[in-house]
Amino acid sequence: MSEAIKGNAEPRELTYVAAITEGVREVLLEQSNAFVAGEDVAGAGGPFGQYSGLLTEFGEDRIVDTPISEKGIVGLGVGASAVGCRPIIDVMFVDFMGECMDEIANQMAKMRYMFGGSVTLPVTVLSMTGAGMSMAAQHSQSLEVWLAHLPGIKVVMPATPYDAKGSIIAAARDDNPVFVLLNKVSLGLKGEVPEGTYEVEIGTAEVVRPGTNFTIVAISRMVHEALKAADTLSELGVDVEVIDARSIQPFDTDTVINSIKKTHHGLVVHEAVEFGGIGGEIVAQIQDKAFDYLDAPVGRIGAPFSPVPFSPALEKIYVPDADLIVTKVKETLGLS
Amino acid sequence: MSKQPTKKVLQELHLTMVRIRCFENAAGRLMEEAKIPGALHLYVGEEAIASGVMQNLSNDDQITSTHRGHGHLVAKGGDFSKMFAELFGRSTGYCRGKGGSMHVSNMELGMLGANGIVGGGPPIAMGAAFANRFLKTKKVAVAFFGDGASNEGSFHEAVNMAALYKLPCIFVCENNGYGEYTPQAKHQTIVDVADRAGGYGIPGVVVDGMDVIAVFEAAREAIDRARKGKGPTLLECKTYRFYDHVGVRGMGLNYRTDEELEKWKKRDPIQSFEAELIKLGVMTQKQIDKVYSKVNDLVEEGVQFAEDSPFPEPSELLEDVYCVKGA
Ligand SMILES: Cc1ncc(C[n+]2csc(CCOP(=O)(O)OP(=O)(O)O)c2C)c(N)n1
Ligand SMILES: [Mg+2]
Repeated sequence: MSEAIKGNAEPRELTYVAAITEGVREVLLEQSNAFVAGEDVAGAGGPFGQYSGLLTEFGEDRIVDTPISEKGIVGLGVGASAVGCRPIIDVMFVDFMGECMDEIANQMAKMRYMFGGSVTLPVTVLSMTGAGMSMAAQHSQSLEVWLAHLPGIKVVMPATPYDAKGSIIAAARDDNPVFVLLNKVSLGLKGEVPEGTYEVEIGTAEVVRPGTNFTIVAISRMVHEALKAADTLSELGVDVEVIDARSIQPFDTDTVINSIKKTHHGLVVHEAVEFGGIGGEIVAQIQDKAFDYLDAPVGRIGAPFSPVPFSPALEKIYVPDADLIVTKVKETLGLS
Repeated sequence: MSKQPTKKVLQELHLTMVRIRCFENAAGRLMEEAKIPGALHLYVGEEAIASGVMQNLSNDDQITSTHRGHGHLVAKGGDFSKMFAELFGRSTGYCRGKGGSMHVSNMELGMLGANGIVGGGPPIAMGAAFANRFLKTKKVAVAFFGDGASNEGSFHEAVNMAALYKLPCIFVCENNGYGEYTPQAKHQTIVDVADRAGGYGIPGVVVDGMDVIAVFEAAREAIDRARKGKGPTLLECKTYRFYDHVGVRGMGLNYRTDEELEKWKKRDPIQSFEAELIKLGVMTQKQIDKVYSKVNDLVEEGVQFAEDSPFPEPSELLEDVYCVKGA
């Protein structure tokens, strides 16, 4: 991260949503066979404004409004990528993946393997995840494991504006299907974003706060909650190392294991329901590769096992936050 | 062929439309005041459709709704207090605060839910219609959906199956000319969604969705046909939403012209019907005014009820994920 910023005379702040736009724009400038297709991506500039201005700059051939037909939209991405394009496909909310899951699970993920390596599918899918806006059970989910469970597909979840732009560029340059799952609650979040192109390498985690005696691996927006928790915990003498997983599939086990070997304690935090969440996989990898280094069981935090409730009163306790992380770390360390 | 609707029916149609309009205007205002959280998709401008169709249904018949669902529940007999409480996220709401605007529902009224998934309703209505016949009832199921939803595979699969099994199912397309911010001409090449009926071997009917009597009569025919075991109809109602896709003023996107909006507002389904009622001598202006003041009192009462209601307890979070034996 620092290298790219160093190369830039003046650091510049962008919102997460503007970083998405810029990432997509760089891809369109770089790759003449790239285009964007999805519902309301052109005329409306994207339902979150994430494609605003692109229609004017690139025209209707490359910024394509589609009908409300998710199976068709993802199929378009699969077919077009199989024969020479590099599509960027927008599926508005990750909750809508059910509409197009066969295109993803049985076609996109498996075609190359089934065809003995004779086809390449350089397709990128962008979609929004996350709860916290009273959008209820069908517009708030975190379904990354639906995708990460499919061999043949890569899944990244950028937490910052810098990573949003760099992940989109990396995904579009990758010759495999890559899902970039963005967080809708973070759209207004500001952070440093260099101009020009740069990649956040898919499959790499980042230590976003170095520490010596506790490792927290966080995913997407939970990174910011973990950083808040780390500040609170430092006042209690706990020096937390926070790792932003960034990539779910492939997952950067090495960065996590190296941290655990140093801190001897771990906790994984994500917004998806805890049962069957990616946290279970990460904990299993830690105990497999660093069991002898652990001073305590590795903890997990995810959402409770229910759909996302509408009522703000329930949603507030549903989504994990810094307080919950602090409590869990203190529990693990036996602090009161 | 069709009997003139009775005075009582005309007055009921009017009342239903006014109930929807007043409910929606209040809901929109409360959303803008941030008293209602989340996103609301308002039904203002489209009242004639829910009112005209539902006039032909009893509480036993079922409907599936859309993200733009308040009007359907109001027309099905929804109680303002329980509806506002739901929109406010309170435990006294129709869904105990767990669903909100996009999932408001009530099984006793045969309202199988607003739906956050575009095209989510038609397959469910088809399934309900299947059960209606399987259980040897005379009930029918009605699926409401938008022009945009008619491009989802789920719509096509549901219509084909309903046609194949000759189910007591009616597909009501609320064609307001837009799917979110995309005009119909940019999401499908046909002008009449009803044309799609031909592909499934069922009748497709186009009706003026701003004319409550026209909707009422076309729906009556389709529903009678379904009840008699003659199978589904695709009924398309041409309409317009007076507010933005979400909320009242929405995101301020420039996707339709003021002239277009004004043109449709001149055909306001309630105002034009009121002029007709007065002309026919069915109601006086005074009686009409009284309807509004009564309905607005109910709105106020409902909002007050919602504001006075408690939020769900934390312990309710994990309730109703599954049904528990004996509970
Ligand atoms: C499966 C799915 N795709 C996309 C959306 C996002 N979305 C919500 S409403 C809407 C437009 C629906 O248009 P239409 O069916 O015409 O109904 P209208 O809003 O005009 O009443 C879209 C695209 C969704 N909720 N579900
Ligand atoms: Mg529409």
